[in-house]
Amino acid sequence: MNEVILSVDNLRVGFPTEDGVVQAVNGVSFELRRGQTLAIVGESGSGKSVTAQSILGLINRRTADISGKVIFQGQDIVAMPDKQLYRLRGAKMSMIFQDPMSSLHPYYRIGAQLIEAVRIHQRVSKQQAREQAIEMLRMVGIPAAERRVDDFPHQLSGGMRQRVMIAMALINSPALLIADEPTTALDVTVQASILELITQIQQTHDTAIIMITHDLGVVADVADDVVVMYGGSVVESAPVAEIFASPQMPYTLGLLASIPRLDRDPDRRLDPIPGNPPSLISPPAGCVFNPRCVYADRVDGNRCQSQLPELLPVSPVHSVRCHIPAAEREAIARSALSGLVIGAGDPA
Amino acid sequence: MSGYLVRRLMLLVLMLVLLSMAVFVLFSLLPADVARLSCGKACTPEIIEANRIRLGLDKSVIEQYWVFVKGIFAGRTYPEGGGPAALVCAAPCLGYSFRKNATVLQLIGERLPATIWLALGAFVLFMVVGMVTGVLAALRRGRWQDKSIMGVALLGYSLPSFFLGLVVLFFVIIRWKLLPYPSYVSPFENPEQFFKTMLLPWIVLAILYAAFYTRLTRSQMLETLGEDYIRTARAKGLPERTVVGKHALRAGLTPIVTAGGLDLAGLLGGAIITESVFSLPGIGSLAVSAVVDPDLPVLVGITLITAFFVIVANLIVDLLYAAIDPRVRVAA
Ligand SMILES: Nc1ncnc2c1ncn2[C@@H]1O[C@H](COP(=O)(O)OP(=O)(O)OP(=O)(O)O)[C@@H](O)[C@H]1O
Ligand code: SF4
Ligand SMILES: [Mg+2]
Repeated sequence: MNEVILSVDNLRVGFPTEDGVVQAVNGVSFELRRGQTLAIVGESGSGKSVTAQSILGLINRRTADISGKVIFQGQDIVAMPDKQLYRLRGAKMSMIFQDPMSSLHPYYRIGAQLIEAVRIHQRVSKQQAREQAIEMLRMVGIPAAERRVDDFPHQLSGGMRQRVMIAMALINSPALLIADEPTTALDVTVQASILELITQIQQTHDTAIIMITHDLGVVADVADDVVVMYGGSVVESAPVAEIFASPQMPYTLGLLASIPRLDRDPDRRLDPIPGNPPSLISPPAGCVFNPRCVYADRVDGNRCQSQLPELLPVSPVHSVRCHIPAAEREAIARSALSGLVIGAGDPA
Repeated sequence: MSGYLVRRLMLLVLMLVLLSMAVFVLFSLLPADVARLSCGKACTPEIIEANRIRLGLDKSVIEQYWVFVKGIFAGRTYPEGGGPAALVCAAPCLGYSFRKNATVLQLIGERLPATIWLALGAFVLFMVVGMVTGVLAALRRGRWQDKSIMGVALLGYSLPSFFLGLVVLFFVIIRWKLLPYPSYVSPFENPEQFFKTMLLPWIVLAILYAAFYTRLTRSQMLETLGEDYIRTARAKGLPERTVVGKHALRAGLTPIVTAGGLDLAGLLGGAIITESVFSLPGIGSLAVSAVVDPDLPVLVGITLITAFFVIVANLIVDLLYAAIDPRVRVAA
């Protein structure tokens, strides 16, 4: 097995606001090995992007409360001085964002933006950096890269801009790439080719990838491991095959149950479970998922409403946060996945 | 792009024509009788009537305007049609001041250098100071550097210019005698005296204007700092200094350039109070004396010149937009 290059340990990120602290990330832990892909799934507001941005040190440390550890190649990002962080960002770890339309600076040529990315981290001439930029654009599949390099972002389509973003993120051959919903804003036809590009580059560069997505189809295609987030916490984590074959947390079951619906209406955002996401300022007592969970009444003594379940391993690679005993959870999963009742009010 | 430029230049000419008409009509509606005002002490109705003819004021406004426009391109004489005692005002003739016995162009030309130097020097100072402090405040937002910069800016912003001018004049020149009493000379004649004279007016104007640019730059920076491409710039590994001073500044520059262009144009039309406080022989003080006198041809001339500066500044600002934002270039 490859070495661990990233380990997130009990990461917590809170944003103080007038109404109270928004606890966007509440004790997230996971590991990622070189060349592997970790998918983070969860509905909107579950803290995926804040987690990702914390890993790059992009969350403002003066306005947010950040605790826990993010150990990247042996160094703790959370405690690292800015200067050191600048040297890692874009060089050893980089990120691509959801919206390629707004993620490139509208006033600079894409060549200039790529060259800048090279020259922050490498001592090369402008000309050499430009050659690297063209080479990289070619690699991400931009036709006529030597001409396109002088285009402004508005002269490119959304898919092409995302390719440019990918080129920029990978130009210094980082060990870690975080892709925060890289295809959500793109046409369905373009989505597949962008994903293919990312996985192809991963294989040639041995890059570790964190893929944040709403789309379980994407998870099935690219992920080695999956982390399911709910209300700022990890509720289940397992290798991808196991998540699909034997999910154990009721929220994960709900997510999986929504796949056929997505087939019917591919544009629909994934939000199949009745009820609303929890408040991050004053989350429900007990299990954060309990107001929406159809299995909460199966647990004795109202523990779902009073006691926060821990994230406990059911195997060395599979952890679950739920009060229901493991054996019973497996039975629930089996019946749920065979097409029986899955979410409250869902007769499918 | 060149088609765009041609169109803009044509528009500029059209605006100048309309503007000069408006100014002309406006001033002809004034109750002041120029023929009488140009008459001096020993005045009789006959002299006033003769003046009226000499100045062409017996004609309709439309005819007067036509003569005025012709004067700009071909020069004119007073009275119209010439004669043995006629005054010649060569092209481009913006009118003749009988109060000062000089062409309006001469009067403005004498005063323009002081105003231009004042405006340019102050402009460079307040743009640099305003933008640098604004970026600095944005970079250190919420911290003591931000708070002190914004505190000083608020103070500078709320000071009336005559007050600031007089206080500076009183302390620096009269009380502490750090600088000689201002007496304008051309920088080519006596650079030292020129700088000693201009230093305080520059600083006073810079303080007044920089405060505005500090606030504008800071708020622009804070707005653009929330953009996605700023996050991208940070994710590249750029230090915050470059993120704010390059990426965010470039993106937020448009309103700053707009305000800067118009402020410069305004200053070129004369900084009335500052020129008066520091006794600078500029357009502003010429305008004041033309109002007090009153000297209508000079006022018309100054109004037109100022409007000309504003229109040209607008054109330059628009061209700068295209230089800043490539998307404008394509649309144009
Ligand atoms: N700077 C901030 N100040 C206050 N609250 C914030 C801030 N940034 C994020 N949040 C809140 O933190 C929560 C988690 O946000 P995050 O962007 O991580 O969600 P997400 O899982 O990425 O959702 P999506 O799928 O919609 O992208 C949200 O409720 C969001 O409103
Ligand atoms: S702990 Fe209770 S409420 Fe939470 S997921 Fe398990 S059964 Fe549902
Ligand atoms: Mg997100």
